Amino acid sequence: MGITTQDQFLTAHAHSVQALLLSGTHPVTSDTLRLLPSPGLIVTTSAGLNHIDLPECQRRGISIAGAGNLYSEDLADLAVGLLIDVLRKISVADRYIRRQLWPSKGEFPLGFKLRGKQVGIVGLGSIGLEVAKRLEAFGCNILYNSRRKKPSIQYPYYSNILELAKNSDVLIICCELTEQTRHMINKEVLLALGKEGVIINVGHSAVIDEQEMMGCLMRGEIGGAGLDVFEKEPDVPKQLFALDNVVLSPHRAAHSQETILALRDLVVGNFEAFFSNKPLLTPVIMNQLF
Amino acid sequence: MAPHNNSYPSQHDLPNVLILKLPPSFVIFGEHFFDSAKFRFLKAYESSLPLPQFLLAHAQSVQAILSSGGAPVTADTICLLPNLRLVVTTSQGLNHIDLSECRRRGIAVAGAGTIFSADCADSVVELLIDVLRKVSAANRFVKQGLWSSQGDYPLGSKLGGKRVGIVGLGNIGSEVAKRLEAFGCSISYNSRNKKPSVPYAFYPNVGELAANCDALIICCALTDETYHLINKEVLSALGKDGVIINIARGPIVDEKELVRCLVEGEIRGAGLDVFEHEPDVPHELFALDNVVMSPHNAVFTRESFEDLRKIVVGNLEAFFSNEPLLTAVNLDDQPHFSG
Repeated sequence: MGITTQDQFLTAHAHSVQALLLSGTHPVTSDTLRLLPSPGLIVTTSAGLNHIDLPECQRRGISIAGAGNLYSEDLADLAVGLLIDVLRKISVADRYIRRQLWPSKGEFPLGFKLRGKQVGIVGLGSIGLEVAKRLEAFGCNILYNSRRKKPSIQYPYYSNILELAKNSDVLIICCELTEQTRHMINKEVLLALGKEGVIINVGHSAVIDEQEMMGCLMRGEIGGAGLDVFEKEPDVPKQLFALDNVVLSPHRAAHSQETILALRDLVVGNFEAFFSNKPLLTPVIMNQLF
Repeated sequence: MAPHNNSYPSQHDLPNVLILKLPPSFVIFGEHFFDSAKFRFLKAYESSLPLPQFLLAHAQSVQAILSSGGAPVTADTICLLPNLRLVVTTSQGLNHIDLSECRRRGIAVAGAGTIFSADCADSVVELLIDVLRKVSAANRFVKQGLWSSQGDYPLGSKLGGKRVGIVGLGNIGSEVAKRLEAFGCSISYNSRNKKPSVPYAFYPNVGELAANCDALIICCALTDETYHLINKEVLSALGKDGVIINIARGPIVDEKELVRCLVEGEIRGAGLDVFEHEPDVPHELFALDNVVMSPHNAVFTRESFEDLRKIVVGNLEAFFSNEPLLTAVNLDDQPHFSG
């Protein structure tokens, strides 16, 4: 591997670096970490951890502080917002009015009721639980798939994602990207979700096979989609632009103004705790991950 | 089509139900949507006669009217129908019916009951999420290809912790409250009367409610008292960070004043399903990204229309069988709207 400017910078400052601050966009590999003799801490602002070489961190005894549950409420709010928009066609209705079609074209297409819908949550971590809590208030029935069944949770558990899709009207992706979840939502799962099924993704784009999903949407094999994440952001496949049953969000589900301010406090708090030898505010517990 | 069966009375023996104007249900589902073997419809809108003459021609035979929001039942109409004993409406609102005149004449009124409350509440929450988190504006941004060319879209505002003020804590208002509590909002309300069994803070007037909330949600009926209830003072009390959501009736809000506040940035944003002069919407709103609009369809789901069909047919069949109505309105409790 050639020496990059980043590598040169790191090598020059290596001995003084005790901690790193990361966002989700830049991976930290074992090669990068090898250039730093004594990093004690990585603080990441992202919701996920797939950009960090976790086994290497565990091996080297590097602590990681994540975002904790900071984004869960905003993510859940947006997931619900995207779902209702797709079912009730709110974005389409708003555009209808702005184009002054209401006086001339009269009635607008009907939407679908939320109450009684079977909502399959993929990944029942803190985000999934916040989504469940909200949708229960709308009268939806919650089902879920997760790495492991959660004994304290009453919702019906499906160990197999295909079975979850068959029994759901809606799938909401709230899980981390891992080797198991990469392209977990494939053509088979989408077809099981079916012609009136809706998929919402506020997790990681690679959990869904984007090409297959687009094919299903274009052929009407699923009913609609609400998407906050995409394979090649910010370049979103243009075929999605013309679809009224698809609502797009520019990777903003986790971020409200209030949450960004809270993030700042959390990041600063974690660094201050580390440098004062106090417990981290939001430590990532390694043995829970793999 | 109503089933053809020799044990039923022939079409000519069936009692008449008058329909003044084409209801939205017929536009969407066809004119047999409310068919029953127990009554037939007399469609005034299909006649070439002007309405008063049509009514005079059929006066004696009309015992019931099927009304919708766009087909007012006025004192003038009522007075031409001496045998009228029931008005069934397909709408949630009752402001298009002269309730005082119905009460005076002993005419029963049957409404939509609670069938629309869930859909209405869902629409309220969606409009609020959309305005605060910029859902449809961001969707527009992405679909115009601007995310690639212009970069990130501005951040929205979190729902959790917002103080929500509900104007009118009836069935719909209660369903709204239940949903928004799950988002971490705190609920307060103004209503004609304080409700003792309800855990939310009560404000005796709308101005005080507006001054103490971040999102004002209009869920009340349109009456003489609530006409232009949301006026300049209330909007000013709501303030620059405040949002207003209206799924009730356009005339509850002073629309000119609302538009001015939105254009001049005196409130944060608005989610509107209803307008003062539908289907005309003030053009100034079209350029605003902090406004989300829908064409008076907060209750328009397939499932709700099926529920409506059962309620309308059920009420009319009960009436003609001398059985209790399914969703009778208590006229003693209803304030009037002069229109």
